[in-house]
Amino acid sequence: MQLLVCGGTGCRASASASIVEKLNESLKAHQLTEEAQVVTTGCFGFCEKGPIVKVIPDNTFYTQVKPEDAEEIVSEHILKGRKVSRLLYEDPENKEHITDSRHMGFYQKQMRIALRNCGVIDPENIDEYIARDGYSALAQVLADLTPEQAIDMVKQSGLRGRGGAGFPTGLKWEITSKFSSDQKYVVCNADEGDPGAFMDRSILEGDPNSIIEAMAICGYCIGATKGLVYIRAEYPLAIKRLEIAIQQAREYGLLGDNIFGSKFSFDMELRYGAGAFVCGEETALIASMEGKRGEPRFKPPFPAEDGYMHKPTNVNNVETFANVPVIFLKGPEWYASIGTEKSKGTKVFALAGKINNVGLIEVPMGITLREIIYEIGGGIKNGKKFKAVQTGGPSGGCLTEAHLDTPIDFDSLLAAGSMMGSGGMIVMDEDDCMVSIAKFYLEFIVEESCGKCTPCRIGNKRMLEILEKITQGKGCMEDLDHLRNLAYVIKDTSLCGLGQSSPNPVLSTLENFYDEYVAHVKDKRCFAKQCKALARYTINPDVCTGCTICARNCPVDAITGEKREPHFINQAICIHCGVCYQKCKFNAIIVE
Amino acid sequence: METIKLTIDNRQVEVPKGTTILQAAHQAGINIPSLCYMNLPHLAQEHKPGSCRVCVVEIPGRKNLVPACCTECTDGMTVLSHSLRAINARRTVVELLLSDHPKDCLICPSSGNCELQKLSITMGIREINSVENAAMSTYRKDASPALNRNMDKCVMCRSCETVCNEIQTVGALSAVNRGFMAVVAPAFEQELTDSPCTFCGQCVAVCPTGALTAVDNTFHVIRALADPNKYVVVQTAPAVRAALGEEFGYPPGTSVTGKMTAALRSLGFDKVFDTDFAADLTIMEEGTELLDRITRFLDGDKSVRLPILTSCCPAWVNFFETNYPDMLDVPSTARSPQQMFGAIAKTYMAEKLGVKREDMVVVSVMPCLAKKYECQRDEFKVDGNPDVDYAITTRELAHLIKIGNIDFKTLKDEDFDRPMGESSGAGLIFGVTGGVIEAATRTAYELFTGKKLEKVDFHELRGMEGIRTASVNFDGTYIHIGIAHTLGNARKLLDGIRKGMYNFHAIEIMACPGGCIGGGGQPLHRGNSIVLKARMDSIYKEDFNKPIRKSHENPEIIKLYEDFLGKPLSEKSHKLLHTHYFSHPKK
Repeated sequence: MQLLVCGGTGCRASASASIVEKLNESLKAHQLTEEAQVVTTGCFGFCEKGPIVKVIPDNTFYTQVKPEDAEEIVSEHILKGRKVSRLLYEDPENKEHITDSRHMGFYQKQMRIALRNCGVIDPENIDEYIARDGYSALAQVLADLTPEQAIDMVKQSGLRGRGGAGFPTGLKWEITSKFSSDQKYVVCNADEGDPGAFMDRSILEGDPNSIIEAMAICGYCIGATKGLVYIRAEYPLAIKRLEIAIQQAREYGLLGDNIFGSKFSFDMELRYGAGAFVCGEETALIASMEGKRGEPRFKPPFPAEDGYMHKPTNVNNVETFANVPVIFLKGPEWYASIGTEKSKGTKVFALAGKINNVGLIEVPMGITLREIIYEIGGGIKNGKKFKAVQTGGPSGGCLTEAHLDTPIDFDSLLAAGSMMGSGGMIVMDEDDCMVSIAKFYLEFIVEESCGKCTPCRIGNKRMLEILEKITQGKGCMEDLDHLRNLAYVIKDTSLCGLGQSSPNPVLSTLENFYDEYVAHVKDKRCFAKQCKALARYTINPDVCTGCTICARNCPVDAITGEKREPHFINQAICIHCGVCYQKCKFNAIIVE
Repeated sequence: METIKLTIDNRQVEVPKGTTILQAAHQAGINIPSLCYMNLPHLAQEHKPGSCRVCVVEIPGRKNLVPACCTECTDGMTVLSHSLRAINARRTVVELLLSDHPKDCLICPSSGNCELQKLSITMGIREINSVENAAMSTYRKDASPALNRNMDKCVMCRSCETVCNEIQTVGALSAVNRGFMAVVAPAFEQELTDSPCTFCGQCVAVCPTGALTAVDNTFHVIRALADPNKYVVVQTAPAVRAALGEEFGYPPGTSVTGKMTAALRSLGFDKVFDTDFAADLTIMEEGTELLDRITRFLDGDKSVRLPILTSCCPAWVNFFETNYPDMLDVPSTARSPQQMFGAIAKTYMAEKLGVKREDMVVVSVMPCLAKKYECQRDEFKVDGNPDVDYAITTRELAHLIKIGNIDFKTLKDEDFDRPMGESSGAGLIFGVTGGVIEAATRTAYELFTGKKLEKVDFHELRGMEGIRTASVNFDGTYIHIGIAHTLGNARKLLDGIRKGMYNFHAIEIMACPGGCIGGGGQPLHRGNSIVLKARMDSIYKEDFNKPIRKSHENPEIIKLYEDFLGKPLSEKSHKLLHTHYFSHPKK
């Protein structure tokens, strides 16, 4: 028997390392160390209900486990074969305990390819990766295929970049392979910067060897002997696991000279980001690795021709690489059989927001938003009404109820006014203010813009100022025209993808939620009640006792009324400070 | 050479492969505006960050607009430079720049000569749509003896960065901070005076707005001129007369020496002298020093330091003191012409005129910003009284002339006062790259060989190439000369010397492109090498037409030695006309 304990950052933060310790202690105390083993794995994806402990082989899925529960799990389940019901996942519909994770709504429509080993193996033990066909793809490629043949297989699979742009991976490898140079590089973009995104982090924490193998295959294909992983410094656990994996791979001769006895040599090292979202853009990333200021530059020439140190360089995202070994293990036809016509394979999404099952999922392209939100995601939290779903992070747009049956793929999301991006998916309900959401993303962009080009540096700041003006109740209809013009020009003229996509949240909310903007501007109302400056304070005459406390505390004398008579707030004078609401002992102040 | 055919604004254009849309458009007479683009063909530097986004044009079929300066032409391409989409985008971009720019055009030192102002004017921008109290990216002001930084007016074109890092290889400026508050500043946001800045002023010469400007000493000069107790003497550098006319509408390359002298006299200077005189003096001292070292070297003295390096360029001296402190005994110990002039004016001349040192004010008109810094260096003062009181630039002189209500164009030519206004053609060519060493060669030849120099023009020392070398035949002995202009080329030569790679006897270094004619105090070149070449040609032409062309034949120089100095490198000469260097200059 095995007790798999999630060792991803999320569950770690909820003391999962302690759970491992306690489980080992209990197993020892009950003398069960021969029968059962505790394994720390990568992310299971069901983060809403973490920390997760999964028991193999019966697939028992324990949720929200605490270190104190370890003893009971061991003494009841492992020793006596009796599952601990209170820790089992409870189906929100029929309230039943689910004993086998394969029957959970969360997992049924998922297809874990990039995440195939996350939650299954111990990422700090290369033998477990090898036991699950790890490095077999590399062996096969080196033994049986020429670089051209291998590239052809990647092309046939239809794999497209998972970092956001969706460029055909095989084609990129082919282009890079054709440039001749004394040195070429394979770069893995692990700078995952979208707020709330943790797809790449989970892959690196849960299955770092998959990246090493993929980069080595890529090196063979394009003629590179050096790999570089540019990883954000804010991922210390992923860094640690990668370092361990690289060290173990070197010890086994899977990195270094003459791998598998072939003429191919390949080794890799890590480079750290320094807190800049813009360094996820490939030319800014390369500049950062070269020790320069992390600013993008004009393309062409593309990194395939002129990249790191001006040598041909292939840059791919973590998730893209994670898919590569499988293409060789199961064949490109198998891979191409999943997904839609132009978007093959699966995509990992970080499902977040007002949804019951917040976590990490992997689904075949072509699945609809409705299926993800309602079947996998378990529907809207607290029974609220769905309002919008945001995909693609700060580069994407907000889609509405009307778009729920859109199948997820690169082109259809673009056509709907958003984009796939790197896989962020945030669900919003009736209590979310779409104007504030647009403002939130712009705040992020303004913070992260590198400052090189005029439209992004100054334009985004000006757009943010307009949104701030609107959410403070000082907007006018002209502001919406300026906002729209700025958004189009910024999109049309920015130097890099960051600026070119930064207006998307604004444009899509203007398109799909125009009446919310108008309400903020004309009526000075925020119906979602998020914009504090637009909150309307009124006194309920049925509850008010006329104690005069609110009137005496109002800083602008907006409240009138006789003692022991219901009081009244003058909306024209009220500054929405909220003091009356705080002072009232009878809950007579209504905020809306 | 493969050619490409494309259509820009319905005009057929044919260009070589690799040409950008901006270049092709200019060729076809289509002036797509730009702000951050800067081309310095004579320095093989094209600065095209593609960051201002003013030059965006529409290519039907492409998703976004493209920057004309970076996008290469392809065969059959169609470009629309003034479609509604392109105009709207360009305008919005300029409005954004204006929205983050101080609105003090009327009192800005760059008013009338500002590229952003020009854009606003040509586009007819009448309003800037931003919210009340819109944020402005401000930065503390930075001052130095030579130039001022007002980064509130910076448009992040990064031209100054390219000039400072790639061309001058000084490395005093780079972009710091991120996003809206990104700014160009010295490392760790030091004060400019703590940074490796040499005050060469090339950043000022390429800045499109009023972010980088020269220190203005005009009003010091006006006050001195108005003070009845002061005897005000002015000296003018050779490069000034070749460019001053541009400030009054003359085409580049017009020499206005006569009018310049007349204007200065009209302004009320008590004596109108010429730095060229002091340049001749520099040749006497430095030429003798050069010969002394060469003769000792040829006699077998191994301790002699060769090559000798010219030292008249203060930005170069700064650069040298910062980067080569192990070689401080290599340059010539001769002071620059500006400083030699001041030293002689306040001793020899003051005595002759019966004026006390403290009552004499020496003003220099220079093409240079570093001269403002040089004249306040402590070693050039006597008991706190500087040899040169104020250095003003060519541009400041133009302002003075306009403030003096003088109609420059109708002035009648006048001549400099004597004795310190007498100069040879050798003194004049100090203003161009190769000129100092050519002047030194004319004198050194005759002193070394004892023979008369028949061919006075040394064409092998002239030109715009960044590094030039020549071997001049001194009647059988070959003297090897190296010449570099811009500090990046100076660094190349110096690094080579440090490694023992060269066998030069003498090297001339100028910090500015083309020599002083391209200085930071001249009418701004903003990368236009045609202007620099025109100024250079005018200097050589004027030299050719001068009656005396060798420094040692200048009668007033001969008299100065007879009456006062004795001989070159005498004790008096050493005291007044020579200096020494410091590692890491104190600013």
